Amino acid sequence: MKGIITVLGKDSIGIIAKVCTYLAKERINILDISQTIVSGFFNMMMIVDISDSTHKFDEICDGLEALGKEIGVDIKLQREDIFDSMHRI
Amino acid sequence: MISQYEVSETNKMITEENLDVRTITMGISLLDCLDSDTEKVCDKIYDKITKNAKDLVETGEQISKEFGIPIVNKRISVTPISIVGGGCDSGSYIKIAKTLDKAAKEVGVNFIGGYSALVQKGSTKGDINLVRSIPEALSVTERVCSSVNVGSSRNGINMNAIRKMGQIIKEMAYLTKDDSSMACAKFVVFCNAVEDNHFMAGAFHGVGERELVINVGISGPGVVKRALESVRGADFETMCETVKKTAFKITRVGQLVAREASKRLGVPFGIIDLSLAPTPAVGDSIAEIFQEMGLEHAGAPGTTAALAILNDNVKKGGVMASSYVGGLSGAFIPVSEDHGMIDAVNAGALSLEKLEAMTCVCSVGLDMIAIPGDTSEETISGIIADEMAIGMINNKTTAVRVIPVIGKNVGDTVEFGGLLGYAPIMPVSKFKCDAFIKRGGRIPAPIHSFKN
Repeated sequence: MKGIITVLGKDSIGIIAKVCTYLAKERINILDISQTIVSGFFNMMMIVDISDSTHKFDEICDGLEALGKEIGVDIKLQREDIFDSMHRI
Repeated sequence: MISQYEVSETNKMITEENLDVRTITMGISLLDCLDSDTEKVCDKIYDKITKNAKDLVETGEQISKEFGIPIVNKRISVTPISIVGGGCDSGSYIKIAKTLDKAAKEVGVNFIGGYSALVQKGSTKGDINLVRSIPEALSVTERVCSSVNVGSSRNGINMNAIRKMGQIIKEMAYLTKDDSSMACAKFVVFCNAVEDNHFMAGAFHGVGERELVINVGISGPGVVKRALESVRGADFETMCETVKKTAFKITRVGQLVAREASKRLGVPFGIIDLSLAPTPAVGDSIAEIFQEMGLEHAGAPGTTAALAILNDNVKKGGVMASSYVGGLSGAFIPVSEDHGMIDAVNAGALSLEKLEAMTCVCSVGLDMIAIPGDTSEETISGIIADEMAIGMINNKTTAVRVIPVIGKNVGDTVEFGGLLGYAPIMPVSKFKCDAFIKRGGRIPAPIHSFKN
């Protein structure tokens, strides 16, 4: 199952590292990353595959949200379907 | 592959523009609960609801988390209770109402709709008993919603029922006078009621529906407003196109949530209801859309045209996005639930008469309007009769949900709380219609030819 992770917040050292470490630990594969920084504001989107994770989707959502609080950014994991249905016919 | 722009557009709609799934509603048929023994009916109803809807709230919350979109309400609609309780004696309806309330609390839904009767052509014994019990039922329960269909384009209008509606609305206002006459906010009178509507207070599970069904209502006036900001000053074609595209996008989300809920609950998917339903929050208002379209306030000349454009294009975008669009799809214009409408009333821009004109082109009718507590039964019946006539002649659903707030008058404000919001008391015409309402009988069905 594919998910979209968005990370938004003030830029600081190690955001990507911490998110990726968490994903590796959860056995979540990163399929695509795009990232921008506009006037100190960090904005990242990842497409991930969570099929191999032992945790349920909503548990990973909670885990990432907690990690975000730790780093001081907003991290959100959503099912890819919501974007597909809205933007693809 | 999905682009970063698309992801951020969707998430902005959710976080900044109040896009939400307004409700997941499970329709439950109670036709198999009929019995001549009231206790048995109540037991069967309770068991059927609690068994089938036990996972509804949890599933809704799970979906909400996984897709990252709020699902505000989880609700239940049931077969009109006048039919379900038809075999019981007259005192039994209150017991059934209490059972519905108990079942709703048990499964954790915030409203249960279907304490209803369909009397457009005439009333059965069950209908009469149910209608009589509505004021008490709504004042002793918390989550039960009630509706009565008093007219249709096929059958005309049951004026005896309309006369009765004026009486029971006043009665329920008195019974809950210490609570802002709140019972009236849970009661709606319909013309051309739809069987798969799941917006409260008018939701019920029609007899033409299947055993169980999942319907989803999606809303997002803020998303439409924001989209229109990007085409400020453009011509009408551009404006319509923008509303249509936005409606398409948000309906697709509803479709996705509905399919997912249906799959997880093992209950067939019914319809998507794309209704721009405002809430008292800033940025979640229909009146703000009118302002963005170029009107100083809702109620200014041009408002009916603006609403017609909005309603029509919401439907056009919606039907492209889902094959099963139903319910009341369109734009709602409740007063107390929309801070922009409240502002318009306070500014003197919006009157009851203008609202009536607007209901000719909106999705439903006069909704959540607070009127003086001393408004007579006959005047309330007169307001209902006007609104029902608009529905009957124009082949559309119309409804009336007015609250005569006991002890309050024009100039006062009433607080309902939560999604129901607050409202200034609106003036009602002082001219009487008593003799007209007292005539009784039925208005014959209208002609469906010579349309002009």
